[in-house]
Amino acid sequence: MSAAMNPTPIQPTPEPLLSARQLSVRFGGVLAVNNVSFDVNQGEVFTLIGPNGAGKTTVFNLISRIYTPTTGEIDYLGPQGLIRLTDQPPQNVADLGIARTFQNIELFEHATVLHNLLIGRHTHRKTGLWQDLFFTKTAREAELKAREKAEEVIEFLDLQHHRDSMVAGLPYGVRKVVEMARALCTEPKLLLLDEPSSGLNVEETDDMAFWIQDIKNELGITVLMVEHDMTLVSKVSDRVLAMNQGEVLAMGTPREVQTDPGVIEAYLGSVDDVSSLRRQAA
Amino acid sequence: MRFIFKTDYGQDIKLAKHGGHVFWYSALMLLLMVAPWLVAEYWLAQLTFVLIYAIAGLGLMLLAGFTGLFSLGHAAFLGVGAYTQAVLTNAGMPFPIALACAAGLSAAVGLIVGLPALRVKGIYLGMATLSFGFIVEEVLARWESVTGGNAGIHIKKPDIFGWTLNSGEEFYFLCLVITVLATLGILNLLRAPTGRAFVAIRDSEISAQSMGIHLARYKTLSFALSAALAGIAGALYAHKLQFISPDQFNILQSIDLLLMIVIGGVGSVHGVFLGAIFLITMPQAIAIVKDYLPAVIGQAPGLQGLVYGVVLVSFVLFEPQGLYGRWLKIRTYLQMFPFYRKGMFKRQKTFQKSDRLK
Amino acid sequence: MQLLQLIISGIAQGCIYGLIALGFVLIYKATETVSFAQGELMMLGAFGGLAGMTLLGFPYWLSVLSAIAAMALFGVLLERVVIRPILGQPAFSIIMLTIGIGYVARGLITMIPNIGTETHALPVPYKDQVWHLAGLVLNVEQMVVIGATAVLCVLLYLLFRYSKLGIAMQAASQNQLAAYYMGIPVKRLNGIAWGLAAAVAAIAGLLLAPITFVHANMGFIGLKAFPAAVVGGFGSLPGAIVGGLIIGIVESLSGFYLPDGFKDVAAYVVVLIMLVVKPNGLFGEKLRKKV
Repeated sequence: MSAAMNPTPIQPTPEPLLSARQLSVRFGGVLAVNNVSFDVNQGEVFTLIGPNGAGKTTVFNLISRIYTPTTGEIDYLGPQGLIRLTDQPPQNVADLGIARTFQNIELFEHATVLHNLLIGRHTHRKTGLWQDLFFTKTAREAELKAREKAEEVIEFLDLQHHRDSMVAGLPYGVRKVVEMARALCTEPKLLLLDEPSSGLNVEETDDMAFWIQDIKNELGITVLMVEHDMTLVSKVSDRVLAMNQGEVLAMGTPREVQTDPGVIEAYLGSVDDVSSLRRQAA
Repeated sequence: MRFIFKTDYGQDIKLAKHGGHVFWYSALMLLLMVAPWLVAEYWLAQLTFVLIYAIAGLGLMLLAGFTGLFSLGHAAFLGVGAYTQAVLTNAGMPFPIALACAAGLSAAVGLIVGLPALRVKGIYLGMATLSFGFIVEEVLARWESVTGGNAGIHIKKPDIFGWTLNSGEEFYFLCLVITVLATLGILNLLRAPTGRAFVAIRDSEISAQSMGIHLARYKTLSFALSAALAGIAGALYAHKLQFISPDQFNILQSIDLLLMIVIGGVGSVHGVFLGAIFLITMPQAIAIVKDYLPAVIGQAPGLQGLVYGVVLVSFVLFEPQGLYGRWLKIRTYLQMFPFYRKGMFKRQKTFQKSDRLK
Repeated sequence: MQLLQLIISGIAQGCIYGLIALGFVLIYKATETVSFAQGELMMLGAFGGLAGMTLLGFPYWLSVLSAIAAMALFGVLLERVVIRPILGQPAFSIIMLTIGIGYVARGLITMIPNIGTETHALPVPYKDQVWHLAGLVLNVEQMVVIGATAVLCVLLYLLFRYSKLGIAMQAASQNQLAAYYMGIPVKRLNGIAWGLAAAVAAIAGLLLAPITFVHANMGFIGLKAFPAAVVGGFGSLPGAIVGGLIIGIVESLSGFYLPDGFKDVAAYVVVLIMLVVKPNGLFGEKLRKKV
């Protein structure tokens, strides 16, 4: 199922795929992101953790160019080589091989699941206006090809039951999977997952863990994700970055970060915290 | 109940999904082709108007229904097309070239009108298009050297490289051919990446952009295509009436076009035709029913406006998916009898500002 | 001198636009709908005043007050019967609904035998009076418009700033769910917002009637009020008035200094310029979807 999806496996190179340096974003008086730097290596799963309001989704929005940083830059190893990502307009991001899911699900509500996935194939379209207007042989063949690719993703994520359902009527867990499927249809090099397990039950979160591992191992796609579920983070991540109030707290392997005292204080909490609360209540 | 057994992807791409479709649409085409021999001249003229308005409606549906861009001044494009055609035909240009020029100029104006669309959304865009509509109407009235001002101009009959279309029947066939081509073009667009990009822009601009859809390019394309279709419709309109004046392309005409879309059913090609049929037959129906009403109602001058208003309000209140939506419900009811459930076609509520509940 | 005269005239006209735009913005803030029926509500208000003064023989003040009250009631009714069921539909459909309401209003008035199709003069006590002040010739009808608008603005400001009702309306328009939690009867407030907007439209109609006379097509002036709301920034109440004044003054000046025909499109040209320069209007807020 998977080799067909990505016929030319991505060769991991020593240079990082994405390199963020001294990123800062200011919204009016609020400094949402303050001097954040990190590298994402090819083929790894890199996770951002931290309390709400830490600036994790803002970093995502910087990478997918919805926001522009006040200072700092992001370099990215695109299909044509190393480029300054922060100079690119938002609509070029998909062409560069960066795909993302949204925290609050931004699907095309009044369309079927298949339709949503086919829109994900937009960057791979072969026809222009006039060929579409007359639906030439090229257009027809391109349509069939796009359908085949979308079907591969459907099979990968087990969405066959929902293929022709309107998105608006689907349960939350399925919509999250459809978002991911749509991102995969763009055949990305870098996949940004914004809280993939939020709103999912235990079983669905397990499935999500397996899928993320499959995406990394079989498809060779680099994954950058924001996550709160520590079990999932430990299970799939290669490296973790902990943020708090827009700044970097710690970076390293999951074990290193989860035992870092600063992270425990700000975000994870420890056994001592719970005991002290119990003592206060007693 | 019809279950379609699918064996290859081509079946989903085909325009006619199954045998039934092929049969009914062929029958419709046959009926339309022999119409000149079946109906009286007056009704053929009305049918021609239905086709002309349908072409304009296809354009507006593409813009408002499929790309989600508000256009409150669409009659302006109709007017540009009509006047271009009139001026060029009177100067002796053959019909096809004049038509191409009318479409081209309307598309260019559409591009200009679409420029604000790149920066503003929703009601602001509606205001921008409304303003353009008024400005174009005023320009048509004031530029007397070209357009003849408020007095209007007469148009010569269409001349296709020597073959002059003198009769109503010949003109009807011309309109039929153009309508079929326009419909096929729109249907083709919708099953191809370009059409899908339009729908994506309507439903969620941010994720459309993150899928690599160039918002500015597709929005202007939508405006240009929509205006071109309206321009073609305007050109045919000019030839049919043989006389045009600026006040035929005012805000009321724009509202008529919108009425057609809403009553037909926003977001469907069928809706365009149902809406066009409604728009042309409603005045006829009122005229017929008038005589059966007491004089104080029947002969009152405001009756047509009142009926239009009541119908529009009723449709939005009770059948927001328009005539086509109602037809789908009826058809599904009959197909699934007796298993039809009430909430099958319920659309989700959407609010512009979040945190709105009821 | 001529300039000052033109500006005053423009301010008076602008006040009318501003009042109608005020109605739009009130409705938009409360129920998120754009109402194209404001112009027709204004027309109904004017006819209401006419009915009071001629048919029922009320004295001026009683006619005015009862017309305003009747329109306010009508606005509340309209919201309850027609608008409430359709909230949540695409904005496009809701706008078409309000256009339909306008058609119905215009059609019904036109259908009234003898009265509907004619133009009527409204018998106001200050009709055709003129003041002479510092060399200016001031039309009392225009002065009344400006004065009444100013008073109304002050009253509305006090309402929204200091009264419980006003604060509740502001709260409901910003975050409906939270307003519900605070015990605010949001649906009732929406009705009140529509009633208020209809009353403001009625006042505009009664002020305009001496100048343009009462007739069924008065409502088309409402179309010029939209540019006013856009220029001021949809969603801003003071912006609506300011926008109206700007449009009114520009129109008045272009009618005199520019060639024929510019006066009619002046409002629309101003809108286009504003949308290019400052897309959210003078006082509008830039709303961005947070993803």
